[in-house]
Amino acid sequence: MIVYRHSVSLDADKCKGCTTCLRRCPTQAIRVRDGKACINPSLCIDCGECIRNCPHKAKKASFDSLDTLNHDKFLIALPAPSLFGQFANLDEADYLLQGLMDLGFDDVYEVAKAAEIVTEYTRRFLRRSDEKMRPFISTACPVVVRLVSMRFPSLRSKLLPITPPIEVAGKLAKERALREHPELTEDDVRTVFISPCPAKVSWVKNTPADKKCYIDYVVSMSDIYFRVLSKMHRDEVPQMETESGVVGISWASSGGEASALMNDKYLAADGIENVIRVLDDIETGHFPGLEFVELNACPGGCVGGVMAVENPFIARVRLQTLRRYLPVMRNYLTDDPNAEIPEAMLATRPGEYSSAEILNPDRATSFRMMMQIAQVKQKLPGMDCGSCGAPTCDAFAEDVVKGEAKLTDCVIRMRDILKRSEQEESK
Amino acid sequence: MEDLLHYHYDVDGGNFASAGEASVQVKRVLRQMGFPPDLIRRVSIAMYEGEINMVIHAKGGDADVYLSPEQIRVVLKDVGPGIKDVALAMQEGYSTAPDNIRSLGFGAGMGLPNMKRYSDEMTVESTVGVGTTITLVFNAF
Repeated sequence: MIVYRHSVSLDADKCKGCTTCLRRCPTQAIRVRDGKACINPSLCIDCGECIRNCPHKAKKASFDSLDTLNHDKFLIALPAPSLFGQFANLDEADYLLQGLMDLGFDDVYEVAKAAEIVTEYTRRFLRRSDEKMRPFISTACPVVVRLVSMRFPSLRSKLLPITPPIEVAGKLAKERALREHPELTEDDVRTVFISPCPAKVSWVKNTPADKKCYIDYVVSMSDIYFRVLSKMHRDEVPQMETESGVVGISWASSGGEASALMNDKYLAADGIENVIRVLDDIETGHFPGLEFVELNACPGGCVGGVMAVENPFIARVRLQTLRRYLPVMRNYLTDDPNAEIPEAMLATRPGEYSSAEILNPDRATSFRMMMQIAQVKQKLPGMDCGSCGAPTCDAFAEDVVKGEAKLTDCVIRMRDILKRSEQEESK
Repeated sequence: MEDLLHYHYDVDGGNFASAGEASVQVKRVLRQMGFPPDLIRRVSIAMYEGEINMVIHAKGGDADVYLSPEQIRVVLKDVGPGIKDVALAMQEGYSTAPDNIRSLGFGAGMGLPNMKRYSDEMTVESTVGVGTTITLVFNAF
């Protein structure tokens, strides 16, 4: 079995054992045990909701630090499109690109540029796709890809088989560096993705063994924000020039990727709960006639990532200002539109489905466990208070049957038992 | 009835937006039990269509799911107007859904045919003025 490597973890010293993250976790992956939150790695999708909601800042994400980057290497910054929405008064993307150069990067390759190339291939793919296989689901958000792989087995074949922009950007950035600097070898070049979310870290960490990963470091947007801000000077004309257009920049917020397909048969949903609802509905065949589904785990899309600095709605407005002076698109495919989609642009499908929720590989055993769970449920108050450390009474019943919790952990039930015995005594 | 897992759901007829919730919950149970993905999909589509029908035509009803390791039986029971001509209703494209429902994209006359198509056995018992009970059986091998 392949172990999924996560990027979200707990800072046990800060955790108060409260129930906030329990309730907010969309896959019920968290339990409070011995007064501390524990994340079940087989259920966690690295969406970052616990980081977003923890009142004690006890959930953290593992990023590479800007300070540890090796400046002996040729470092290429790969800014996510959402980075462009973080700065007040930024009306030209060039200033940000120059700021990154001044921060010590040797080149900048915009992920927005790669996104335009992905848009072109997606259009090409959809045009030729089998109607019966539609709608295809965007694979740009790693949370969505993992969620579908784990929980929506029948939708796995609908994941768009096009390499996502982060990966395309990494590959093209390295190729460009080697082309423009013949003195460099492959080992001299490092790519640094500037990310709005921890899920991209997981994406990089979990590159399939047979696939090459073109991202070497992932740093968080909040880590780079103030540093690049101090390097951005209005009075100096930037030497860098943005290579992306409206389409690429628009990938930063919900609906950007889908609307760029120039096809109105699309749906775009954002926020993890909404994403789950849409996937459930697609699975029941609820949306006939759709061709494309863009799903983003964060509210508002990538601008709503937990590592983004600015409020997502404000970031979105800023992107609108920025887009005003850009051409619609700057990256077009120039080959024959009927040509095959190159191997490098085709994403590998997720591996064999194995339900993370399955109780036991033997169905008869699972069935007996479900029977026991139903019996335990009847003994529980159904108020979902979380005091036992499980998010709901139903989840607690499952934990009891799996042997991960004891019925006596339910304080409400224990209180009732105590009351009853007191009444017996006073009789 | 021998040992079967039983789940009961009230399908709320007053709330169109909630239609389909029972099938989502059943899906989770089926995943936990390790039923194959294709079967889970068939059950959820057929049950979803049944829920929608109960909401559109019968102001809601009861959905009961009985499970064994080998079989899934879904019983959808309502006290709605009943179906006048079951054979006609089973034809693809035949619909008595009102216009406001059609404008929402439902009522295409595919509900019952899809339930038949996705289940292994389907029985429809309906009496005009009394109600309709539909039983869907899915076999897992």
